[in-house]
Amino acid sequence: MGMKPSPYATKIPYEEKDNQVVGGSPTPGDRGDAIDKVTGRARYAADYNLPGQLIGKVLRSPHAHANIKSIDTTEAEALPGVKAVVTRDDFPDMEVEHAASGELMVNFKDVTRNMMAREKALYDGHPVAAVAAISESIAKEAMKLIKVDYEVLPHVIDVRDAMKDDAPLLHEDLFTKGAGIEPDPSKKSNIATRMESKLGDIEEGYKQADFIVEHESNTKAAHQGYIEPQASVANFTEGGTIEVYTGTQGHHVFRAQIAKLLKMDISKVKVVPAELGGGFGGKNNVYLEPLAAQLSRKANRPVKMVMTRDEVFRATGPTSGTNCKVRMGCTKDGRITAAQAELNYQAGAFPGSSLPLASITVFTRYDLENVLVVGHDVVCNRPKVAAYRAPGAPMIAFAVETVIDDLARQCGMDPIDFRLKNAAKQGTQTHFGPPLGQIGYIETLEAAKESPHLKEPIGPNQGRGIASGFWFTIGNDTSATINISEDGTASVIFGTVDVTGGMRSAFAMIVAEELGIPFEKVKTQVGDTSALGFNFMTAGSRGTAAGSMAVVKATRDAIHRACEIAARKWEVEIDQVVWENGHARPASTNVGDFEPLSLAQLCKEATWYGGTIAGHAEINVAMGGPGFGTHVVDVEVDPQTGLTKVLRYSIFQDAGKAVYPAFIEGQFQGGAVQGIGMALNEEYIYSDKGTMENPGFLDYRVPVASDVPMINTHIVEVPNPDHPYGVRGIGEVPIIPPLAAISNAIYDAVGVRMLDHPMSPPKVLKALDDAAPAEAAE
Amino acid sequence: MKKHHIQTTINGDEIDVLVEPAQSLLDVLRDELHMTGTKEGCATGDCGACSVTIDGNLVCSCLVLGVEVGGANIETIEGMASGEQLHPLQEKFIEHVALQCGICTPGLLVAAKHLLEENPDPTEEEVRYGLAGNLCRCTGYQKIVEAVLDAAQVMQK
Repeated sequence: MGMKPSPYATKIPYEEKDNQVVGGSPTPGDRGDAIDKVTGRARYAADYNLPGQLIGKVLRSPHAHANIKSIDTTEAEALPGVKAVVTRDDFPDMEVEHAASGELMVNFKDVTRNMMAREKALYDGHPVAAVAAISESIAKEAMKLIKVDYEVLPHVIDVRDAMKDDAPLLHEDLFTKGAGIEPDPSKKSNIATRMESKLGDIEEGYKQADFIVEHESNTKAAHQGYIEPQASVANFTEGGTIEVYTGTQGHHVFRAQIAKLLKMDISKVKVVPAELGGGFGGKNNVYLEPLAAQLSRKANRPVKMVMTRDEVFRATGPTSGTNCKVRMGCTKDGRITAAQAELNYQAGAFPGSSLPLASITVFTRYDLENVLVVGHDVVCNRPKVAAYRAPGAPMIAFAVETVIDDLARQCGMDPIDFRLKNAAKQGTQTHFGPPLGQIGYIETLEAAKESPHLKEPIGPNQGRGIASGFWFTIGNDTSATINISEDGTASVIFGTVDVTGGMRSAFAMIVAEELGIPFEKVKTQVGDTSALGFNFMTAGSRGTAAGSMAVVKATRDAIHRACEIAARKWEVEIDQVVWENGHARPASTNVGDFEPLSLAQLCKEATWYGGTIAGHAEINVAMGGPGFGTHVVDVEVDPQTGLTKVLRYSIFQDAGKAVYPAFIEGQFQGGAVQGIGMALNEEYIYSDKGTMENPGFLDYRVPVASDVPMINTHIVEVPNPDHPYGVRGIGEVPIIPPLAAISNAIYDAVGVRMLDHPMSPPKVLKALDDAAPAEAAE
Repeated sequence: MKKHHIQTTINGDEIDVLVEPAQSLLDVLRDELHMTGTKEGCATGDCGACSVTIDGNLVCSCLVLGVEVGGANIETIEGMASGEQLHPLQEKFIEHVALQCGICTPGLLVAAKHLLEENPDPTEEEVRYGLAGNLCRCTGYQKIVEAVLDAAQVMQK
């Protein structure tokens, strides 16, 4: 993430107290976003229309790898109804400059090349031109008239192939850099970075081991699969300002990127975040926004652009496909002595996969002495990868947690007991940096162990699998404003995009708790970039955790202002006034005999005593309060077809303290079902020409309602000590364990060890067939 | 491109609209009539976000041409509530937190309403198979299934 912890970052200590609103279930109808979503009134990016708008479409490369020798747009521009065409010539080139964009880093030299190809097309679907016309049909017609002269080059899709010395090279200026490696200008490579982190002495660890298990896993790229395709409406005015309505997880970050890419002042760009139709990390990157803005600038009219599903799959970032090798050793009594991993992650067409994050989650839930983790970030002819919910973690957990399962079997130990014996706790030294603070991993294992799920009988061809996961709660820049209206109701503006619909309610609950007014008297909304100071994206499970920190600070600021009004009215010092149950009261009987004043009463007095009641916060929230989870899954494998059916599923996860428990359950269930889909079905399939063969929901099959059972959820509560309500990030952990848990369950059911993702019927059937002769020979 | 004049009924209102021959009903609803409650997730009939009913039949509006719906009776998400009174399914979706991002919600509600009209007292399995044409990426479906089962009980009373 490229972010060192700042000594000036904000922490607010956890206070144990009896909450009236937080932790409960507010009146459902007062949930800020819900009614508009069930009536169809909620406005997503594609629902915005501006007067006089044009429709923009993108012409994309049909080749996986090609030099772009020339682009002729003359005929397209001459077509009646076409108002603007843009290509690489319409955007300034960018220098190497890195910036955080969600959980992953971006480099502007690459960002401009990803939104619009310059020298080369680097993947099937790479934009090469964009058109704005008075109708979609004319824009599509115009695209057919653009002549692109391609020189097709050899391509490389698989990460292992891309790492070979004789692999086709994507970039002439890419030389491996990283741990112990000086870039060697004579050795061009697709390996952008080598990372390494270690603890203790790995060889010594192996010497102490009685059992050693090694797994090599391979995973295919998987897409976030948000149901809402990317969409943007841009309006570049003659006054030199742009407004952009778009689906984004971070409108302030998008604003800065749009300004940079178009060489404008940031303050002249306004980004309005529309209701977001799913992101899961995939809406952390600009794609259409700069194109729509530049088309609008050229055409002098607003331009609307909406991706097709085909474009979403071919050209927006999925997660990395990976190759992982994990080798671990333990003593006979189940103590892990050595843990080693190699992570080879596809970055897509430009460097910058989730490797930096994935490589520090590898073993972070175990208390280990000897660790060695090596990773490679590798470019290949695929769309640049994006974050996908705990980016990179499910794939390496697939290898690690299946090794743990085999080690436990070798020791003859229960897999939960094995994990308990090695579980990380407060003070455990991580292999990447700081020791862990107060965490709840052991509590999730104990909850799993005591659950009724473990008593359910297992039938023929059925098996049970267990796996655990860890993810961060990042902090970063966060701003919020609260305005107390003249009637004493509260209007809260926050800047962490509400990606789930739950944040608006959670913040309203917290503000109601702080102010001592009813939940339904608090209105929360996401502000656009003109409403607040900079907010980092909703990424790294920070939305509710970090966002609520700023909201609490802003609310306490407003309470201070309210107390100031009471102090002035009573002619006492402000420290002689306290806020209790929605009223300013004298701090003690010594202060005087004053009737407590409600927020509504204070609002009536505000003008005379100095001005309206409001509060705000612009803080860098300290990173902290990581989340841990343990999953238990029962599957049945059909030996005739290789189909794996999920029979039962239970999740045990530390949420810190739950603000709105029903939403946390929803996050657990949704994350796990994404993980189940990834485990059993979802994969990018490429032709031998390097083009994607399944860019649609028919062939890229995400789980449907009939694929999954009810999912039991158990919210473990070990408070985050640095958050006033104990909140931890919870959104990402649930997608981490399913791959490994399902592999472990299949092994338990039919005795084959699946390490090749996805564990789809043909692969399971082949594994069963391969195992059969061996069994017969025994 | 020559446009065709279509007269149709949407949520009880008689509508006149000019449509291009290649425009889907979904395009006509969203782009010509600005009825944006019906969502586009794929435009290939795979996700169900654009579900509407035509003459009582549940369809993906992305797979129907606008020029085909002359004289039809179309129901969309915008017609589901009666004034301020939400449909029991809409109420139960909110009560059970059966929606997160909400982009699939209009299609799921239209499909669930159709399902309960065909089968007023479905089992969990019947709900899961009945809604298998509607993708939701956020919820894992559980709270949606619970909401539909609960709404079925309320609607039978």
